[in-house]
Amino acid sequence: MASNPGLTLLRKSASDEAPPAVLPGDDGVAKLIDVSKCIGCKACQAACLEWNERHEEVGFNVGSYENPHDLTAESWTLMRFAEWDNPETGNLEWLIRKDGCMHCADPGCLKACPSPGAIVQYANGIVDFVSEHCIGCGYCIKGCPFNIPRLSPVEQVVHKCTLCSDRVAVGGGPACAKACPTHAISFGSKAEMKTLAGQRIADLKSRGFEQAGLYDPAGVGGTHVMYVLHHADKPEIYSGLPANPHISRLVGVWKGAAKVAGLAAIGAAVVGAFVHHLLAGASVVSKEDEQKATHLAEGAD
Amino acid sequence: MSAASLHKAPSGEAVVVDRYTGLARANHWVTAISLILLALSGMALFHPALFFLTALFGGGQFTRIIHPWIGVVLFFSFAGLFIRFWRANLWEREDNVWLASPGAVLSGHEERLPEIGRYNAGQKLVFWGMTLLILVLFVSGLTIWDTYFFAYTSIETKRAVVVLHAAAAVCAILIWIAHVYAAIWVRGTVRAMTRGSVTGGWAWRHHRKWLREEVAKGRADGG
Repeated sequence: MASNPGLTLLRKSASDEAPPAVLPGDDGVAKLIDVSKCIGCKACQAACLEWNERHEEVGFNVGSYENPHDLTAESWTLMRFAEWDNPETGNLEWLIRKDGCMHCADPGCLKACPSPGAIVQYANGIVDFVSEHCIGCGYCIKGCPFNIPRLSPVEQVVHKCTLCSDRVAVGGGPACAKACPTHAISFGSKAEMKTLAGQRIADLKSRGFEQAGLYDPAGVGGTHVMYVLHHADKPEIYSGLPANPHISRLVGVWKGAAKVAGLAAIGAAVVGAFVHHLLAGASVVSKEDEQKATHLAEGAD
Repeated sequence: MSAASLHKAPSGEAVVVDRYTGLARANHWVTAISLILLALSGMALFHPALFFLTALFGGGQFTRIIHPWIGVVLFFSFAGLFIRFWRANLWEREDNVWLASPGAVLSGHEERLPEIGRYNAGQKLVFWGMTLLILVLFVSGLTIWDTYFFAYTSIETKRAVVVLHAAAAVCAILIWIAHVYAAIWVRGTVRAMTRGSVTGGWAWRHHRKWLREEVAKGRADGG
């Protein structure tokens, strides 16, 4: 699908077009996932598949509620179930986190992408993959700090959650939020979502979850999908949510210094060769060389 | 081959020395063409300013599909060159002298250098440099060939490997530039790639030890 004409583009992969002016103070839209309200029903997964017309294969049970077993090129969101033995209370806590694209303000996928316009970031913060420009190289998978994009073995393009950019473009919210029966998923402006999260966190704290907090990691410039966590001091216990996600330094080297230094070195070598030829002139075999060779060969005969 | 490696040019007095067989030249051409195609398709995916080069290969998807397959061709083709030429590229004492005299080399004053065998130190460095880099590029390339090998390594590994692949590719392109430039600068070289032979004068001037060996071989064979 093409990039959405209903949304203003902020950034495009592999291109340095100047971004449009964004209203100051407008930090776009956000999805807030309240982990403490989630009951793990997977209505969001079903709604995502249905709206985006994806078809997950029938799986098999290996003793986990997770189904499928990982994000796939079809399932762009996945309930991850973790059992955590709380050492302070002795309670076994069932932590269910809806995994999927975090829509980073500083998207590693977009930085890694070599194909102009295959990954776009809209002014409202949504990071979207544009399949018609995707070449299926998988660089975005290496760029992502959350291990989200999945290469489709059928289409040979990479997919992930679009934050229902097509629905948002016409004033709707994401299909998952619409389907959630407990209002664990909310959608609105990022400012509204932060206010809502603040209320939820205050409520959780009043009920004994002293470390309740908002997951909006600064390492990637904040995200447009945020979590309310009851144990925000330990995000890893939620099926490996990274505590301090950031774009790998290797991706920075690869897409920054290496690109410039690599082309500069190649350019310098070509220029150096030209200059050498200008100064040194061609290395030419003389008649004398030929005569000496003939002499040597005849001496052998 | 050695008996017939020196012969008179049909036109007259000058001696012509055979340097490469037809098969060796074909092997080199396949390697050369694959390397150029790999450089073009690889650079297209390396820098957005060069993404337009994907048009040469039928678009981005086709560039992504074909690049690793050309890499496989290059790997096996270069392996053929390696088997042919590794012995002639073993380091000799005069190579140290050659390498220690960049002034004489770059100004073409070969009378100041020792007599050189079939390959000089620069050519040997091209050979061994390319051997190492093509090995690195092949293994790193397989690691990031996500269509077939995604599941075998972690994303962290692939992040490091993709940087290694790019760095090795830049080094290989630099060596290739030096290799091609040297062949252009030293007139009379390219015919070794196209016709397989060089003039006696070329051999005398640039690879005198090799020429003496060829002459001696001809004598031993009663040529």
